[in-house]
Parts: sequence; structure tokens; C-alpha cells
Amino acid sequence: MGWFTRSTAKKQQTEIPEGLFAVCPRCKAHIYKDEYENAFKVCSKCNYHERITAAERIRLIVDKGTFREFNAGIKPNDPLGFKDAKGTYQEKAESAIAKTGLHEAVVTGSGDIHGLRTTIAIMDFRFLGGSLASATGEKILLAAEHALRMKRALLIFSASGGARMHEGIVSLMQMAKTCAGIAKLDRAGLPYISIMTDPTYGGVSASYATVGDINIAEPGALIGFAGRRVIEQTIKEKLPDDFQTAEYLLDHGFLDAIVNRAELKEYLHSMLLYGLGKKV
Amino acid sequence: MNLEFENELAEIEERIAELSKLDSSEYPQLNKDLGALRRKMKNLTKKIYDNLSPWDTVRIARHPDRPLFKDFIDGMCTEFIELHGDRRAGDDKALIGGFATIDKHRVMLIGMVKGRSVDEKVYHNFGMPNPEGYRKALRLMKLAEKYGLPIVCLVDTPAAYPGKEAEERGQAEAIARNLTEMANLEVPIVVVITGEGGSGGALGIAVGDAILMLRYAVYSVIPPEGCAAILWRDAEMAPQAADALKITADSLLELGIIDEIIDEPAGGAHRDPETTIQLTQTAVITALQRLKRQSPTRLRDNRYNKFARMGRVKKPRT
Ligand SMILES: [Zn+2]
Repeated sequence: MGWFTRSTAKKQQTEIPEGLFAVCPRCKAHIYKDEYENAFKVCSKCNYHERITAAERIRLIVDKGTFREFNAGIKPNDPLGFKDAKGTYQEKAESAIAKTGLHEAVVTGSGDIHGLRTTIAIMDFRFLGGSLASATGEKILLAAEHALRMKRALLIFSASGGARMHEGIVSLMQMAKTCAGIAKLDRAGLPYISIMTDPTYGGVSASYATVGDINIAEPGALIGFAGRRVIEQTIKEKLPDDFQTAEYLLDHGFLDAIVNRAELKEYLHSMLLYGLGKKV
Repeated sequence: MNLEFENELAEIEERIAELSKLDSSEYPQLNKDLGALRRKMKNLTKKIYDNLSPWDTVRIARHPDRPLFKDFIDGMCTEFIELHGDRRAGDDKALIGGFATIDKHRVMLIGMVKGRSVDEKVYHNFGMPNPEGYRKALRLMKLAEKYGLPIVCLVDTPAAYPGKEAEERGQAEAIARNLTEMANLEVPIVVVITGEGGSGGALGIAVGDAILMLRYAVYSVIPPEGCAAILWRDAEMAPQAADALKITADSLLELGIIDEIIDEPAGGAHRDPETTIQLTQTAVITALQRLKRQSPTRLRDNRYNKFARMGRVKKPRT
């Protein structure tokens, strides 16, 4: 693109007052920023659910002022002393911490959902692609143990590209470790609800994310074991456009429901009432 | 087939084979020469195998002559009765299982089948299970629990199959379900990584109370080629990735991921499958004897603690 066309494109954009509108990443509709933020980044035109941060998720789901984070200080470990072409894993982790203000790809704590005290884990894709590694797995296991100790329900919001390569086999083992925590909740008869958000892949989809008593997803979320490109290279075939979308998974029997962000809190509250049965 | 770092070994092997055909009455030096060659072979084998890089080890773990699950079944069991099907959709050909007798132990034996000839490989999907494989494995494990039989899983797979139908039938859920249910099982689970421990595809049957690994097997979150392609942007950097990922038995023992290394004969399992299988059988029996003494709940609690310890991160003081 030459400088001339570029400058006209710029000119067109400036006709819309900057800062007042958000642009939908999918349908490119301009929506008042306040309206977009109040809808927790859901496009009012096409229902696109943009990825949101753990902090935004807490505001969406948890009763105001009731969230108490725990194990916030747990940071990435470097069990392998990993180094690649671009530098050390330690540097990479430090820069993720600086960039996101988070210490790991998951935030865990306790909070109320319409007054029901619940243990909650929320993954944040901005932190190294929401990858599952030792500290991530540790926080999720501790959350499961917390729910067990307090005899409460556990909610996990997943958003992840998969296991974190930089911790190698130790990352892989977090799949078994977190599932062992879920198994304990299961034996204790405590509800575990899994909410899959965009994207949920690999080591996370193949562990705690898909074994909820209730598995739900946000509209349009991509969920799968292997990535689309890997599958296309393996089978040498083009996959359908809606492959691995939440809607596709619902159709194939792997989700209980797809729930709009606007209705998510009410939905979870209902599920908790059923799940806790006689306990409330 | 020999790997390039084994070229010199192959030459000596060839000369030994040639000399062995000769008659010592025509060649008085024969026994002396043969002895010298065998000593040279032994020293060189040791030298090569003591200095293998992680990437060399990957190559050995994938060696076509390495004993496969069917060889282990034949060599370790006096009886194996295959049980087919997941009772849901099909009978996976890459992941099989059944009742087996190992020494005096009746067990449920489960493992990945890779196949040797091209036809076999295709039939067994190169040892890459579909969801039906993991669901069949779980069905058999639950059956073992019902009958009070220990479970033995032999792991050798490049990966869970990344296919369209595999996704549609819930590859992720099938593996996740196994990880969750295996944590609950109240019978001993012995796992042996015999060749390739390919990520979640391997872990799907590898939540064990005793996790053993053959000396030149590998176990990794991602194949070194895949890691190199992503983090080095060049699949040719696989040897560097193999090094960084810490995928050899020694590294895994150090990291507390496996419990025991089963030694392979000099020059690797592909040079002496029988001895390898025998050593594996002995290690499995020893583990079974130890685990059978534990109560069901103790087994389950120990298994939980074992995995909870993996990658344990200390809480900072606040
Ligand atoms: Zn839109």
C-alpha cells in the first residue's frame, strides 16, 4: 500500500470522532464505547464475544466487592532452565508479568454469585496465551482443594492455547494434576462447572476444561484438541468454516449450552442452585 | 537399519558376521581376531551410548527395530486375551488392551500398537489413537477395578491422532476423562514408557502409581520438531529443542516425573529386544508386587500426592 492510499484511509477514519467508538473486530460495526464496555465487549450488531481479561470477567460474574483473590503471588517456575532462540523463559515470563500485571495465566479466588459463595478460577489469555504450566496447574489444584475444604462449587473459566512448552514435561503433568483435583471434587459430590471461552485448546481442553459436570461455552469460542492447521496438514483436507466453534461442539454433544455473556451470571447462578441441591 | 552415529558399530558388526562364517582350521587367527573385534565393539558401543544427545535418543526411541507393544505382549505374557471396543462408537486399532498374565500376575494390559510393515502401520494408524481408543482403555480399566486386577499400560505413541473425526468425537474430552477417572481408580497402575511418550496422547493412559521408562525412550509435551518450528521458527532446530525440552529418562527421573529407569542392553533395545523385554518384565513384576501390598485408598491417595507434587510451586510469603 502506497503512502497516498494510506493517508486517505486515515482521513476516512478521522471522520468518526476518536475515542467515542469501539470497532467490532468481526463485523467492523462502530459501537459507542460506553455501550460496548457495558456489554462486556459483546458486539450489539453481530453478537461477537471479544476476549476479556480476568479482571473484566470478575466484574461480569462476581457480586461487587466480594472477590477475594488467593495465591496471587504464585509466579512461573522454570523447572527446565529453558532457553530458545529468542532468549530465556524467565525473561519471557517476566515480560508477561510486566505487560499484564498478572503473575500467572490464571486468577483464583473466592467470590459470591448472587450471594452464593463460590471458588473461581479464571484464565487470562493475555498471559503467555493462557498456557498451562506448573504455577497455573498449582493454582488450579489449590482452587479445587479450596472448594473441597469449604464444601463449595468450583467454576473454571478456560482460555488457553494449550500446555506451555517452556516447562516441557512438567507442563504436561499439570493436566493429570488438575484432573486429580477435579476427581476429588467429583467424589465429594461438589459441583464443578467449566466455562470454555475463546480459545480453549490442547492441554487445557484435554484436561479440566472438558470434564465439568456442566460444560458451557461462550458463542463463537474456538475449542479443540489439535489446532486447525495441524489437522489440515495431517488429513490434507480443508476443514469446514465452523469447525471447532462452540456451536459445532454443541452440535456434536460436547456442551450443555452456549451462553451469552449477558446471561452468563444468571445461568451460573441457576446451575449452582441445582448443583448444590440440598446444600443450599 | 542403523542410525548415523552407529555407522562404525554397523561396520564392526558386519566384519564379525563375515569372520564368523570362516573356518578356524583355515584361519588360525580367527578366534583371536573375533575376540578383539567383539571387545572393540563393546567399548565403542559403550562410548557411543554413554554420550548420546537427547536428539540421538529420540532417533533410538523411534527406531524401526525397537520392540513394539506386540513384542512385549509375546515376550512378557503367558496369556493375552484382547478385549475389543469402547461400547460407544468403535474399536480403535492404535490403542488395544485385554486380560494378560505376567508371571503369576493376572492384569489388564493396555498399550499402543504401531505396527512394523507399511500395511500394519496404516492399519494401526501409526500408533495414534482416536477417542475410541482412550474410551476403550477407560472401559477396560474400570473393568480391571471391578475385578480387582492391577493395570499395566505400555506407552509408545507419537501423539493422539489429530484428525477431523477425532475432534468431532471429542479427542480432548476422551483424554481428559481418562486423566480424571484414572485418579480415582482403586487398583494399582503400572506405566512403562517404552518408546515415544507423545504428549497428551501418551498421558491419556499414563497416570500411574509406578511410572517406569526404558533408558532410551522419550517423553515430551511436544515433539522436538514441533517445538523447534514454533520457538526457533525452524523444524531443523529439533536437536536444540530436544535438548531444551528435557525429554530423556535421566532428565525425567531428575524432575520427579518418572520413578525408575529400566536399563536397555548395550547398544539399545533395537539390538537386543529379548533382553529388553525381559528386563521390562522383571521391573513390572517388582512394581506389581510392591503396589499390591497397598490398600485401595492408600493407592489412590499416594497417586494424588504423586501428581500434586509434580511442578509444585512454593507459595511466596505474603
Ligand atoms: Zn460485530
